[in-house]
Amino acid sequence: MPQSKFAIEAKNLRKSYGKHEVLRGISLKVERGTMLALLGPNGAGKTTTVRILSTLLGFDGGTVSVEGYDVKKQADEVRSVIGLTGQSAAVDEMLTGRENLVMMGRLYHLTAVSAKARAQELLEEFDLVEAANRPAKTYSGGMRRRLDLAVSLIATPPIIFLDEPTTGLDPRSRIAMWEIINKLKQDGATILLTTQYLEEADQLADKIIVIDGGKVIAEGTAKELKGKVGHDRLELTFGSAAAYKKAVDVLGKSVQETNKDDKSVTIILKDTNADVRKVLDILQKNKLRFDSMAVHKPTLDDVFLSITGKTKKGKN
Amino acid sequence: MATQLEFEKKPRLWLSIVDSLIMIKRSSTHIVRNTDQLLGTFFQPIMFLVLFAAVFGGAVALSLPPGVDYLEFLMAGIIIQTVAFGSTTTAIAITNDMQRGIVDRFRSLPMSNLAVLNGHVVSDVFRNAISTVVMILTGLLLGFRSSASFIDWLLIAGLLLLFTLAFSWLAAIVGVLAKSVEGVQWLTFVLIFPLTFASGAFVPAGSLVEWLRPFAENNPITHFVEAVRSLMVGTPMDEHGLMSVIWAVATLVIAMPIAAWLFKRKTSQ
Repeated sequence: MPQSKFAIEAKNLRKSYGKHEVLRGISLKVERGTMLALLGPNGAGKTTTVRILSTLLGFDGGTVSVEGYDVKKQADEVRSVIGLTGQSAAVDEMLTGRENLVMMGRLYHLTAVSAKARAQELLEEFDLVEAANRPAKTYSGGMRRRLDLAVSLIATPPIIFLDEPTTGLDPRSRIAMWEIINKLKQDGATILLTTQYLEEADQLADKIIVIDGGKVIAEGTAKELKGKVGHDRLELTFGSAAAYKKAVDVLGKSVQETNKDDKSVTIILKDTNADVRKVLDILQKNKLRFDSMAVHKPTLDDVFLSITGKTKKGKN
Repeated sequence: MATQLEFEKKPRLWLSIVDSLIMIKRSSTHIVRNTDQLLGTFFQPIMFLVLFAAVFGGAVALSLPPGVDYLEFLMAGIIIQTVAFGSTTTAIAITNDMQRGIVDRFRSLPMSNLAVLNGHVVSDVFRNAISTVVMILTGLLLGFRSSASFIDWLLIAGLLLLFTLAFSWLAAIVGVLAKSVEGVQWLTFVLIFPLTFASGAFVPAGSLVEWLRPFAENNPITHFVEAVRSLMVGTPMDEHGLMSVIWAVATLVIAMPIAAWLFKRKTSQ
């Protein structure tokens, strides 16, 4: 029975491979029914953390409990309350989508009747009914991820680990995945998600923990972090030098950067919605037309730049 | 959630047997759906039997025990050789699983860890059973006649089962340790090729070059071949039956826990 309001609790987690310290004292708590995003670049220790929390990997120091169970001493109990979706879609390629679901359900020790019924339900929910009886190796990347996620939900575990669920997906599949993940949250699941994309953490998570080099370097809600990280930026490009000049004049001190060669200006947005509207109003009053307009979200690079004062190494 | 889920309420040991059965079903499905491999399972033994009988039959005939023709002599050897080489398939299947994320998936489930290996090893028994039946039928077409009684056939089946299990568990160790499928193929080739050829499988062990003879005569493959051969065509059994059983049981006792331990260790790093 759950005793604490935290479904996942890790304290001072340490893990080394030989002399290489991968995790250097990571602590995190996930409140029941909420979603925590673990944000960080490649090699930050995200996957290692998830593997430890989901009983796949041992660790050298610290404590971890999942639904009140100790991951080291009560691994089987932990496994019966978690679902894991890893980076590489872990489905059996030779089996059909349905067979994958039923098999994994049976391995969660669902009865055959329950496993079959739940498989049908998930196939419908994840838009895989038509492909249900085809081997998984014929699936597209997006379908495979959906199947992989469906498989981890077969026994409706209350806690779900999603390790970079959208890495490598095309934009459309990514948005479909986000919808699915949001629905899981609405259904009351506790979710721990890892991602390299600030936007993804922003869209989905209640709370974000930023890790780098095996350490937590920032945590808070998306809003709080963005305050630290910087704001959205509006970039306007003009068709003529005259228009560009006039725009710089009328927009005044809200312009942060100008680029004469590109005839573009960059404006920092404190409140994205209101500020964009204001800028457009000013342009309209002055009868100025722009060629193109883009709102840039702060990127993971910006996060690292502002929090650690360095840019991340491997850029994606 | 719409569906009310029901979980099995059985003792843990029962559930871990069910886990293994599920994994056996999985691996067997792989075998049936892998058409290339399945063709190999059918045609390789036929090819070996026909070629060996045709190529070596005349030359070896002189060194055979009197009254035994080469096809009769060869049958047991070819069956054992096919099973030994077939264990490569087990190793490859396990390496494939290890290379992909699916082992992590299995390990994140509240299932018996050993079930993954059990699945591959046991389904290998089915595949070998198919090969063996195909070979015996082909042999019958080519003129092979056995003196074995029903009981003898049961004993043959038992010996082959032991042999398959022993080799598959050894192959499981290779499969867990190997870093790539190519590595498996190389390793099993280097191990199994000399083991099957420097034995009494294709020629009498006593006819080998002198320095190889002690190895061939104590080679477990020789014991198995001679034991099966004796039951099939009535050559002398001597100590071979007993030695086969000892070898198989000893291999299983040693290889199973090692494979399980390595599997656990390799997958939790």
